[in-house]
Amino acid sequence: MSVQVHHIRKTFGQYTALADVSLSVKSGQLTALLGPSGSGKTTLLRIIAGLEYADEGSGRIQFHGEDVTDVEAGQRKVGFVFQHYALFRHMTVFENIAFGLKVRRKNRPPQAEIADRVHKLLKLVQLDNLADRFPHQLSGGQRQRIALARALAVEPKVLLLDEPFGALDAKVRKELRRWLRKFHEEIHLTTLFVTHDQEEALEIADEVVIMNQAKIEQVGTPQEVYDRPATPFVYQFLGNVNVLKAAALAAGTAPPFPTGGLQSNGHIYVRPHDIEVVPHETGAPGIPAVLRYIHAAGPAARLTLEQVESRETVEAEISRVELERLGLKLNNLVLLRLRQSRSFAEDYAI
Amino acid sequence: MAALATTSSTIAAKPAPRGSGPRVIRNPLWVRVLFMGVAFVFVAGFLVLPLAAVFTEALRKGFGAYFGAFTDPDMLSALRLTLLTAAIAVPANLIFGVAAAWCIAKFDFRGKSILITLIDLPFAVSPVISGLIYVLVFGAQGWYGQYLNAEAPALPWLQQWLIARDFQIIFAVPGIVLATVFVTFPFVARELIPLMQQQGNDEEYAALTLGANGWQTFWYVTLPNIKWGLFYGVILCNARAMGEFGAVSVVSGHIRGETNTMPLHVEILYNEYNFVAAFAVSSLLALLALLTLLLKSLVEWRAQKSGA
Repeated sequence: MSVQVHHIRKTFGQYTALADVSLSVKSGQLTALLGPSGSGKTTLLRIIAGLEYADEGSGRIQFHGEDVTDVEAGQRKVGFVFQHYALFRHMTVFENIAFGLKVRRKNRPPQAEIADRVHKLLKLVQLDNLADRFPHQLSGGQRQRIALARALAVEPKVLLLDEPFGALDAKVRKELRRWLRKFHEEIHLTTLFVTHDQEEALEIADEVVIMNQAKIEQVGTPQEVYDRPATPFVYQFLGNVNVLKAAALAAGTAPPFPTGGLQSNGHIYVRPHDIEVVPHETGAPGIPAVLRYIHAAGPAARLTLEQVESRETVEAEISRVELERLGLKLNNLVLLRLRQSRSFAEDYAI
Repeated sequence: MAALATTSSTIAAKPAPRGSGPRVIRNPLWVRVLFMGVAFVFVAGFLVLPLAAVFTEALRKGFGAYFGAFTDPDMLSALRLTLLTAAIAVPANLIFGVAAAWCIAKFDFRGKSILITLIDLPFAVSPVISGLIYVLVFGAQGWYGQYLNAEAPALPWLQQWLIARDFQIIFAVPGIVLATVFVTFPFVARELIPLMQQQGNDEEYAALTLGANGWQTFWYVTLPNIKWGLFYGVILCNARAMGEFGAVSVVSGHIRGETNTMPLHVEILYNEYNFVAAFAVSSLLALLALLTLLLKSLVEWRAQKSGA
C-alpha cells in the first residue's frame, strides 16, 4: 500500500515542525526518512500513523489513494515501532504480541488462533523461545524485534519505525539493520523508517527522503542522493565535501562541470574522491594547489592541499596505488581536476 | 533514596576494615557513633516511647477495662463514622487522583501548572482553615444557610427538598466527609503524577496504534503500570482520612454519638479524665498507623520486585 502526503503543515506554538511537506512512498518499498534531529522526520511519521494531527486546514494523508486524514490511529492499519520499544512492561512477550488481537471488538480471533499467530510471529522474528519472558528480561535488540512482531500482529498495511535502532549499541545496530533489510525482502510490506544515521539509511533503504528544517530536501535512491545531491545540505549531510568558495576563480582553470551550471557568485561542492590529482608538469587545465599533508593510514590516502591563488584548503582522496604512481612529496605543486561537482548560490545557508 | 538508606545501614552494621572500600564512605568511628546515637535517641524519644506509652496507659487497668472501652455506644458510633468517612473520602480521592494525574501527565493544556499547584493546596493550608472554609460556605451564616432561608431561591424545589429532609452540612456527617475529602485530596494524585510522567505516553500510543480504544488502553495498559503507586497513595490517603483531627474538629460540632470521629472521641475522653478509654481508642488509631506502615513497606517491596 502506497502512502501519499499532501502539503502537510505542523506547528507547535511558534515552532514549525513541518512546513508544507509533500511525499509519496511507493508500495512495498523500504523508505528511510533521514535528517538531523529537529528536522521534522519523527513528526511526519507520527502524523502518518495518526498519533499526531497536522495543522487545521493543511493537507491530506492518503493510503493507496484513500483519504485517512481524519481516521483514528487504531483504524489506519499501521504498525508502529517506537524508538524505546514501548512494550507493555507488565505483560509477557506473548501477551504483548497478542494485545492487538485481544482488544478487537469485531472479528476477534479465538484463543487458539491468537496463540497460533503469536507463535508464528515469534518464529518470524526468531525469538520463539522467549514467549513467557517479560520485557525487562530481554536485551535491547530482542525488545525491538518483539515490538516489531507486536506491530505486525494486527496485519498492518504500512509499517512505521521511529528510529528503530537508535537506542542500541553500534554492533547490535549493524546486525539488526541487515536483519531488517532481509526481513523486508521476505514480507514486502510498505515500510517507512526514521533515522538520523545516514549510513543506516543508505545501506538498507530502497529510497531515501532527506529532511532538514521542516522541509524535504531530496528524495531518491541511496545512490542518487549520494552521487547527485540536490542541495548543499544534502552534500554536507551525506559524506564529506569540499566547499570551494572562490568558484569563479576555479572556473577558468577547471574542466566544465558535468552537473549543474556554474554560478559566478556560487560555491563549488565537490567530494574528496571526485578530485583528480595530476602532476603540474602536464600543463592540462586544473586548479593549481600545493600538497600540504598526506594521511596514508587506511584504505585510501587523504591529501590536504592548498590552492595557490585563493589559499583555500581542499581535501582529496585518492587510492594508495595512485599516490605511489604520482610519487608526490610534501609541498609539491599539483593540478586538481574536478570529476564531478556542483555549484550553488552563495547565500544557500546550511 | 532507598539505595542511600541501604548504603548507610550496611556501613553501620559492618564497619569496613581500614584500607578497604571506597574512601568517601570511610568516616571516622566517632562520626558514625555520633550520628547513629543522635538518630537512635530521636527515634526512641519521639516515636517509640510515646507509642509504648499509648499501649501501657491503655492497659493500665487490665484487659477488662481496655476492651470495656470498646463496648461504649459512643465509641462504636465514632468508629462507624470514621469508617464511613474513609469509605467515602478514599474512593472519591482515588477517582479524582487518577483523573488528575492522567490529564496532567499525559496531556498538555493551558493552566496545567495552576492545577498542579491547586492539588497541593490542602497540604499548604492548616487543617483548621480547611474546616473553617466549609463552615463559611455551608454554615448557617454562609451561602448554604442563606440559600435555605432565602425568600425566592434559585431552585425552589431544591430548597424545599433540603428543608423537608432537614439536610445539614455543617455539624453533620456531610461536613465531616467534605472536610476529610479536602484534606486528603492530594495523596493519590501526588503519588501518581511523577510516576505517570516518568513512564511517558509511548505505551498508550502503542496500544492506540494496535487498535485499542481509550478505555481498553486505560484498563489494560495504564492501570497495571500504576497499580503499586496507586495502592501506595490509597494507603496514605486512608490513614489520613481516618486520623484527621483539625479540619473535622471545626465542622463536626462534637455531638456525641452523632458527629464524633475517633480522633475527636479521643479528645473528649481525655478531657473527661477517662484516660484508659482515651488511650484504648488511641491504641486503635496507633494500630491503624502500624498497619499502614506495614502495608506501605509491603507495597514498596512488591513494586521494587516487579521492576515498576
